[in-house]
Amino acid sequence: MHLHHSDTSPDGHTHGPNGSGGSGGSPQRPGGRRALRVGLGGPVGSGKTATVAALCRTLRGELSIAVVTNDIYTREDAEFLLREAVLPAERITAVQTGACPHTAIRDDISANLEAVEDLEERLGPLDVILVESGGDNLTATFSKGLVDAQIFVIDVAGGDDIPRKGGPGVTTSDLLVINKTDLAPHVGADLEAMARDAKAQRGDLPTVLTAVKSTGGITPVAGWIRERLTAWTACPA
Amino acid sequence: MNRAALLVLADGRFPAGGHAHSGGAEEAITAGRVRDVADLREFCRGRLHTSGLVAAGLAAAAATGYDPLLLDEAADARTAAPALRRTSRRLGRQLLRAARATWPCAELDDLAATRPGGAHQSVVLGLTARGAGLLPVDAAYAAAYESISGPVAAAVRLLRLDPFDATAVLAHLAADIDHVAAQAAEAAQHVHTDGVAALPAASAPLLDLTAEQHATRPARLFAS
Ligand SMILES: Nc1nc2c(ncn2[C@@H]2O[C@H](COP(=O)(O)OP(=O)(O)O)[C@@H](O)[C@H]2O)c(=O)[nH]1
Ligand SMILES: [Mg+2]
Repeated sequence: MHLHHSDTSPDGHTHGPNGSGGSGGSPQRPGGRRALRVGLGGPVGSGKTATVAALCRTLRGELSIAVVTNDIYTREDAEFLLREAVLPAERITAVQTGACPHTAIRDDISANLEAVEDLEERLGPLDVILVESGGDNLTATFSKGLVDAQIFVIDVAGGDDIPRKGGPGVTTSDLLVINKTDLAPHVGADLEAMARDAKAQRGDLPTVLTAVKSTGGITPVAGWIRERLTAWTACPA
Repeated sequence: MNRAALLVLADGRFPAGGHAHSGGAEEAITAGRVRDVADLREFCRGRLHTSGLVAAGLAAAAATGYDPLLLDEAADARTAAPALRRTSRRLGRQLLRAARATWPCAELDDLAATRPGGAHQSVVLGLTARGAGLLPVDAAYAAAYESISGPVAAAVRLLRLDPFDATAVLAHLAADIDHVAAQAAEAAQHVHTDGVAALPAASAPLLDLTAEQHATRPARLFAS
């Protein structure tokens, strides 16, 4: 219901960072479609900010990216991204969520929508806007009024029974990232069981097991973003 | 007219961004001025009769169909602290988004076009009430109630107050809300003949000062 108000990006724009990053599709969006909005949710500490940082580093050369963080208490996530210089400062916006991070991404998305639209207005046409949730429990999901696709990030150290337990994030997210596979031997996590349980919960929806901080660890997630962007660009605005 | 629209508009779950704002309660709690339910009641009483009354007057006037741009200026004049002006405009913009989706009308579209950065929340609230077919006094009620329902919800989270006790604070102030809404609606009746000077201009200097302090804090849960 909010979507039609969100289409404030300038019309008729073909814009274009070069290189389609192996997606094979044209980087130009016909009809000046607004940026693809991707939400990243999941428990605190699972690696959402690390995923955002790695995605920016990997994709910033080929795509025009901006980030909205929903910090719970401080501006920690936004400042981490700034410190790591994954994007120029004007491409990162922090939203305050009033002790209720899931409300800001699901029940009342207005502050996040403003942040997303302000970025597009300020920076011109963008390819992808990543919206990181403040970190919540397993029931937190993004409203379709805010994002076009959502990634749910859990990690092996949070307990290898999380995929089995399910919940809306695990079950319905467009991509499930099971992060920190490098820690599996140390915490005794059974990766095969996690993959099997995720498959059982998610059917055909994709899951990747990875360690986003390791070299090449972000590759499958970045590849998924490219695919989504190609599909987004291909369908009429 | 559907009176029930007032319930939709005044519902704390109406998606207009209010949940991330404490109406000054976070700063009052951090500074130790609000520590329990009794303090919260006095905080809310003060807020209701100052910024609540001002907001109610502006909202009621907007609901009469008086020029929203003149009211927007009047709201600036009645909001001394820059931090509170910013907050009010931001919330006004968020409310405008929700209102245009909920009760679409040309007046709301016009205001969005002339004030892309956001009009003051109270003015948007009044215009929204008008678009929803409500009366000026209804708009005043919504503004008065909103001025204290936010702080109460925030205090429940920040002080871990018993939610029953906190809600009783709102019920306890019902007569005050009636009074403020009536006062505001009465003032709004004169705005067409006497201009914005007819509207309440009460102020709460401590809320102004603490809003500025809150805005500079590096660590806070609420946006205001
Ligand atoms: N060992 C390991 N640690 C990781 C990985 N990804 C993130 N971390 C660490 O996990 C902690 C929390 O990560 P962060 O991205 O801030 O989590 P968020 O709360 O979900 O945003 C940080 O100390 C990260 O460095 C990973 O793949 N492997
Ligand atoms: Mg984070």
